[in-house]
Amino acid sequence: MSAEILNARRLLCPLPVIRTQDKVKTLQIGDVLTVECTDPGVIQDIPAWCRINGHKVLETRTDNGEYIIVLEVGDQEAVREWKPAFPQ
Amino acid sequence: MSQKRKAVALISGGLDSMLASRAVMEQGIHVEGINFFTGFCVEGHTHAIRNKETDKPKRNNALWVAEQLGIKLHIIDIIEEYKQVLLNPRHGYGANMNPCLDCKIFMVNKARQWMMEQGFDFIITGEVIGQRPMSQRKQTMPIIAAESGADDLLLRPLCARNLPLTLPEREGWVDRDRLFDFSGRSRKPQMELAKQYGFADYAQPAGGCCFLTDESYSKKLVDLWQARGERDYDLDDVMLLKVGRHIRPRPHFKLIVAREDGEARFMSGYKKDFISMNCASHRGPLVLIDGKADEDDLLLAGRILARYGQGREVEQVEVTIRDRQGVERNIVVTPLPADQLPEDWFV
Repeated sequence: MSAEILNARRLLCPLPVIRTQDKVKTLQIGDVLTVECTDPGVIQDIPAWCRINGHKVLETRTDNGEYIIVLEVGDQEAVREWKPAFPQ
Repeated sequence: MSQKRKAVALISGGLDSMLASRAVMEQGIHVEGINFFTGFCVEGHTHAIRNKETDKPKRNNALWVAEQLGIKLHIIDIIEEYKQVLLNPRHGYGANMNPCLDCKIFMVNKARQWMMEQGFDFIITGEVIGQRPMSQRKQTMPIIAAESGADDLLLRPLCARNLPLTLPEREGWVDRDRLFDFSGRSRKPQMELAKQYGFADYAQPAGGCCFLTDESYSKKLVDLWQARGERDYDLDDVMLLKVGRHIRPRPHFKLIVAREDGEARFMSGYKKDFISMNCASHRGPLVLIDGKADEDDLLLAGRILARYGQGREVEQVEVTIRDRQGVERNIVVTPLPADQLPEDWFV
């Protein structure tokens, strides 16, 4: 298991999400990624992206005007075995 | 048991692509979303830079839609590739600098490439015939399908019954009778369908989802190209055109004046890339200087800056000039009177 840091400062959403998405593709299940951002929108967007893609948000915090999100990489293929959110 | 078919849906974050995806999911198709970021996308967060609009939800609508649908969303950065679409659109521009038809062709083509790489079967869009004056017309639907290379793999569930059969319909992967025949600019059928699906909350961007459809933004972009003598841009240009008041007193430089604290915070991130200025003796906005400004230009910029600060009525205002290395010096200026700030300096 590795722990990595992604600098997404000065980027406006959705770029921090895109950078997170691209970084996560290079990581393994269980790895931890800390994303450091300046756009407050990430507090909503990165957790939303994590929820729909099967990753776990471990922590969100603000630190001296910055927004830090810590996530644990989940099993992305398992999410593809999708169950609809409504009856068919 | 028949193979479960998979479709990739272009998700803009608006209602139409949400409904189109849901209509196909209702037929047992596995759907994943794709969303392209050109840099010009109108997002809640861009507006959220400005404090006064923070009452709006700070959410990315494409992600939100994907979550409502329960599908994965792949957000693709196409900023660099998109330059060719914007700079050389084969089908021309709309009312402003919006190359809508070329943009749609480009995005459907990118979705087609993604579909092939990922082993998906067809593409969905939320297009409706007659919904948009440039890209969503009866005549442009086949152009998009043909020039994107998607051909009959492109399904528009909301108006499919007004269009020729596509492969997913011919093969029976989806039942054409359970698709729709919407057309025209009315939003009533979509709102009715949203109600039927139980979607109570959805984004309805009044001016579309792209800054290039905005007259003011397009003017600033053209001004940037004229000032630089070339039609080119990078992401920082695109972002900075979204914020501040842009004032060009001379052809070779302009001021970007923060309109409030949110913009000032955002623009502060660019202090290493631009000469920046602010009022030292009074409250006032942050200003970035874009271009090559000599001492006289900086003096004029200082006077304009002072005009937007709380010292606008006083004789003298002290202004701090900061170079890209962060070295500061102060000058004293007389705020520029309103009648000496011509309308045509405002971009």
